[in-house]
Amino acid sequence: MRRFFLIAVPYLWLLALFLVPFIIVLKISLSDTALAIPPYTPTLDFSAGWQGIKEFLTGLDLENFVWLTEDDLYWKAYLSSLMIALISTALTLLVGYPIAYGMARAPEEWRATLMMLIILPFWTSFLIRVYAWIGILSQEGVLNQFLLWTGLIDQPLIILNTKIAVYIGIVYTYLPFMILPIYAALDRLDESLIEAAEDLGCSRLSAFWLVTIPLSRNGIVAGCFLVFIPALGEFVIPSLLGGSGTLMIGKVLWEEFFSNRDWPVASAVAIVLLAILVIPIVLFQRNQQKQAEAEQ
Amino acid sequence: MTFKSLTATAIAALIALGTAAQAEEVRVYNWSDYIDESLLSKFEEETGIKLIYDVFDSNEVLETKMLAGGSGYDVVVPTGTFLQRQISAGAFQKLDKSKLPNIKNMWDVISARTAKYDPGNEYAINYMWGTTGIGVNLGKVKEVLGEDAPIDSWDLVFKPENMEKLASCGVYFLDAPAEMIPAALKYIGADPDSHDPDVIAKVEPVYMAIRPYIQKFHSSEYINALANGDICVAVGWSGDVLQARDRAAEADNGVEIAFNAPKEGAQMWFDMMAIPTDAPNPDAAHKFLNFIMDAQNMAAASNYVYYANGNKASQEFLNEDVIGDPAIYPSAEAMDNLFTTTPYNAKVQRVVTRLWTKIKSGT
Repeated sequence: MRRFFLIAVPYLWLLALFLVPFIIVLKISLSDTALAIPPYTPTLDFSAGWQGIKEFLTGLDLENFVWLTEDDLYWKAYLSSLMIALISTALTLLVGYPIAYGMARAPEEWRATLMMLIILPFWTSFLIRVYAWIGILSQEGVLNQFLLWTGLIDQPLIILNTKIAVYIGIVYTYLPFMILPIYAALDRLDESLIEAAEDLGCSRLSAFWLVTIPLSRNGIVAGCFLVFIPALGEFVIPSLLGGSGTLMIGKVLWEEFFSNRDWPVASAVAIVLLAILVIPIVLFQRNQQKQAEAEQ
Repeated sequence: MTFKSLTATAIAALIALGTAAQAEEVRVYNWSDYIDESLLSKFEEETGIKLIYDVFDSNEVLETKMLAGGSGYDVVVPTGTFLQRQISAGAFQKLDKSKLPNIKNMWDVISARTAKYDPGNEYAINYMWGTTGIGVNLGKVKEVLGEDAPIDSWDLVFKPENMEKLASCGVYFLDAPAEMIPAALKYIGADPDSHDPDVIAKVEPVYMAIRPYIQKFHSSEYINALANGDICVAVGWSGDVLQARDRAAEADNGVEIAFNAPKEGAQMWFDMMAIPTDAPNPDAAHKFLNFIMDAQNMAAASNYVYYANGNKASQEFLNEDVIGDPAIYPSAEAMDNLFTTTPYNAKVQRVVTRLWTKIKSGT
């Protein structure tokens, strides 16, 4: 009985927070737009019982999904989002790994403080922190003022409203999600393994490559997924820091919803985005499972 | 009286007591930077109704909330074309004019124009109206283009050779296709209110030629950006640009801002206050509308936000720099030069949005 409850809880969680919303979105993606409240005609009528479901199945059409293949905007937006998510994940890893490594190598008594410093920014609203970057990166902003003052540049750099600002925003926002799992992996690392590698003739660098990196692999993979998945659907950062040329699927989705009032097509965009995300999510799950098995 | 009915009466009395004890609330959803905030506390003092005031910066956001239903707002402020479409979707309730004695203050010149969107003005009252034109940082624009820069013409922002030079000091455009496409149509001499996809497509080359020089499409950030001197030109709404002018003057940062409705013709729009069908407190909503239509209150709002209003009686309370400024209250001839537009249907809307995405992203 206890075992049953233990299994039921995560499944109920999945049902309430994933499956039910998914079915609602899927249902909207199969309906047609209308000038009404809500702005689509329901094609699936549950209240009519079996009859309603039968009518739905006979009248089923995938025109909203077909529409997505007819305009290259959607593919370009998906691809561009994938590129931005991949590049920012790589950048976050490059910045995050040394920080996590430094934390794990720091004296025991400092670690709690360092951990606190990583988490502290979360105490301020995410939106305010992104707005602060506008103040730093704008033409008359802090960064340009400083660089002009030092004489490194004589014209203000245009960073705000470009892709570079989007990368800065994503790396900054998601950095803790990269650091924490890597730190957890490095923290558990047995020091004597590195000593053994060095005793057996490894240089410090090759010991790092051959021992530390492989042993922290699970942390790296977990961190990368935690950054990549939300970055792919990111909307707030590109719309505040990015320029109009920064094409991302989150913005396309917004436009379908708000400018076109086309909820069915917007839902179809969301379903395809989910399908793209399911692949890394499944890989992530398998990685977690393997890790759990290895530990047993 | 049986026991049963006694209990029922007691429960009914308790419910009545409960609602009476609970402070009455009215929820208003208006555009950002669009009211003198002292009016909000004045309303609360006069009526004893708690006012919850929220803001948005695009008609699209408001419309999505209205069409989703259950927004929880009692008063919302869509622009004329959006109002018309939302009325046909059944989003608003008819006003009870017996609760709106101040409606006598409204200005017939404006009411005649808003009746185009809301026949008989049955669903909404005009709050503010204005034009879509060009805001410039005078110092920077003259530095880049010389003393005779065409600041009162669409040439300033639609001619690539001007934009190429202006790009160095920063240009923002409104992220509002329903206004930016008519503006470009007017510039090329076409009908700005055209719903013909082939005519609308003509603005694509106009925008593509200037696209590399536009820093951002956004509908509210330009107020601060202009005032701080971050940008030198913004295609924006009249009162917003004038607010930027005031903020710059207050900051005393040497930035001098001016607004012009281009001489070729500019769009005139009307922001309308309406009550959603499912408003939780329509009674308080009427009280709010009546409060806003009071001549002195409306004048206070216009004096603060630098937008003209549709309230004739308020004009005697307007400051000279509002009623006397032709950028806010254009002369009768200048008003004839302004155009209005009508809402696109779903099919044309998709063409317009797609074109706008293409213009903004290059794809």
